[in-house]
Amino acid sequence: MAELTYREAVAEGIAQEMERDETVVFLGEDIAKAGGVFKATVGLYDKFGPDRVRDTPISEQAILGAAMGAAMTGLKPIAEIMFSDFLAVCWDIVANQIAKIRYMTNGQVSMPLVIRTANGGGARFGAQHSQSVENWSMMIPGLKVVAPSTPADVKGLLAAAIRDPDPVMFFEQKSLYSSKGDVPEGEHIEEIGVAKVVREGSDVTIIALAAMVPRALDAADRLYSEAGISAGVVDLRSLVPLDTKTIFEQVEKTSRLVTVEENPRLCGWGAEISSIVAEERFWDLDMPIIRITTPHIPLPSADELEDMALPSVERIFETVRQGVD
Amino acid sequence: MAKRTTKRRISKSTKPKKQAARKSKIQLNDDIGEKTRLRMWQLQLEIRHVEQRAHDLFFQNLIKGTSHLAIGQEAIASACAAVMRPDDYTFCTYRGHAHTLVRGASMEGVLGELMGRECGLLGGKGGSMHLTDVEKGAMGSYAIIGAHLPIAAGAAWKAQYLKTGQISFCFFGDGTTNIGAFHEALNFSVVWKLPVVFVCENNLYMEYTPISDVTAVEHPAADRAGAYGLESIIVDGNDADLVYRVARDAADKARAGDGPSLIEAKTYRHSGHSRADPATYRPEGELEKWLERDPLKIYRKRLIDFGVKESKVVAIEKAVLEAVDDATEFAKNSSTPSKDVLMTEVWADGGASWRN
Ligand SMILES: Cc1ncc(C[n+]2csc(CCOP(=O)(O)OP(=O)(O)O)c2C)c(N)n1
Ligand SMILES: [Mg+2]
Repeated sequence: MAELTYREAVAEGIAQEMERDETVVFLGEDIAKAGGVFKATVGLYDKFGPDRVRDTPISEQAILGAAMGAAMTGLKPIAEIMFSDFLAVCWDIVANQIAKIRYMTNGQVSMPLVIRTANGGGARFGAQHSQSVENWSMMIPGLKVVAPSTPADVKGLLAAAIRDPDPVMFFEQKSLYSSKGDVPEGEHIEEIGVAKVVREGSDVTIIALAAMVPRALDAADRLYSEAGISAGVVDLRSLVPLDTKTIFEQVEKTSRLVTVEENPRLCGWGAEISSIVAEERFWDLDMPIIRITTPHIPLPSADELEDMALPSVERIFETVRQGVD
Repeated sequence: MAKRTTKRRISKSTKPKKQAARKSKIQLNDDIGEKTRLRMWQLQLEIRHVEQRAHDLFFQNLIKGTSHLAIGQEAIASACAAVMRPDDYTFCTYRGHAHTLVRGASMEGVLGELMGRECGLLGGKGGSMHLTDVEKGAMGSYAIIGAHLPIAAGAAWKAQYLKTGQISFCFFGDGTTNIGAFHEALNFSVVWKLPVVFVCENNLYMEYTPISDVTAVEHPAADRAGAYGLESIIVDGNDADLVYRVARDAADKARAGDGPSLIEAKTYRHSGHSRADPATYRPEGELEKWLERDPLKIYRKRLIDFGVKESKVVAIEKAVLEAVDDATEFAKNSSTPSKDVLMTEVWADGGASWRN
């Protein structure tokens, strides 16, 4: 094990796959010589050279279109969209082209590519550089959607995403870039579509994703020490495929379910999970399902306002405590 | 990067009279040659008769949805196909029956897809606007304006990276020159020096609006080329020989590693934008003028003038018509898609499952 930051794990994951597979190529704005605006791809240009790690113009449609054309003809591109908010300017390529082409062509075309993007709030960037948009991707048939919460998962899931024969939306939570954690040295790969029970509990299950995982864990500590509530925490890790098996196991065990979502309220991923659990595990529930989300507003920039908007440890703690009471 | 200074305007004859003069100087076995010419003749006929058949089947209610025909624009797809290597890539639009057929996709695959039959190229899952035959290099028909330009650039990137010598051909309309993806793709392809040939088929209209009403420059593609350091190329898109020559030059340039080209081919669609369009917005006499310049009419005369026996010219047409008849029968007799395919091929594992 080596201790790495979340951002270092990005470069490690990419390097691991570029070393073993010549067809892995990487493109994006400022990603090569500059090492990325979040410094998550430092060193890759020097290591793999200008043919494999390429800077692009500010042309998000061209970036993803080129990645798609390369993927359908034999390469395994990794494309970076600097901030996930910018997906809106190339959403046609994501939602109409990349996601649909295999089905439309009855399987003639494969789309082994990864779209990496810095997602979510906490950096005081304001509404156009902070939104958590994983739910946009979740509603498009044909996209896999992954959002890691730890450096180890960044490396392992990014490697898995690169090897995956289908398009993977890979959401890196920008508030986690400087967080640290142990990462297995040498080849490390995780399985996409498997949620992780990161804390066992018997009274309530909290399902969280990406930056909400450490917050849910902190809240669970407080729930136990301050209120005597045993809260389990599930790190969902992937929205598509969705690990309903793990969710159901935890619901059966605790009979109470809370989701903690950074995306705005309407059609957030927790809504889908709530609906599945309500449809298929209703009789296991002892309490209405609770969704803790960012309110349905664009994110504000001032420290106090942004902190109020994003689900905080305090809000998770209070909401769960009151719900379980 | 392409030199910013190359702004030579090579205005290949856009007027019919210039061409007549040029015609007398060329020989059957010149740089194009009889074999290629007969192939282009056959491809143009295949497009014309398959499109005509698609039109007829629509009115027999055997084809549903929408369909965008390329009648009148046959020379462009045919000439470019004659330039391509079998392993080159074609990217085209919803008006893409032509570009898919000329790569060698089967007529029953095309007509079957239009009719929603099992024998269709896409098994009934794509329809008229998404014809694709990857084995033949027909990498898809795209129905969102502009999207396939950067995608074609990406396929060219693969060829450049793996040094395969392949190139991408990307076909689109005049209306497409006003969407962002067109400009992104051109700049990107020039900066990365990608082996891609962009072919704008300027048929003077977007859906119903004349392109001149909504475009800042006279030549929607050619006048933008200079902004990306590219030559401004305009060609008479109804003359397969002229298209062939500019396409060949562009393909040679791309294969030599000298980057992309942008060709504007002037042409006209004889029918409306889609099945739903009676094209009443066209000024009186415009269609008639262009019918005089029907690419098939021009080419038939060309071949006869060159001394190709009329019987040979006619025999090719007869064989094409028979093939279209056979394909129509085959597609009509093909079953509708089985229920099993509804939930297949979302993912590479063949399925559609999103949960465990
Ligand atoms: C992004 C987008 N906007 C609008 C449309 C609707 N639309 C379909 S075809 C078309 C006209 C395109 O004109 P042109 O590029 O000249 O191609 P042509 O149909 O003449 O071959 C339009 C506006 C679309 N498919 N995609
Ligand atoms: Mg047009």
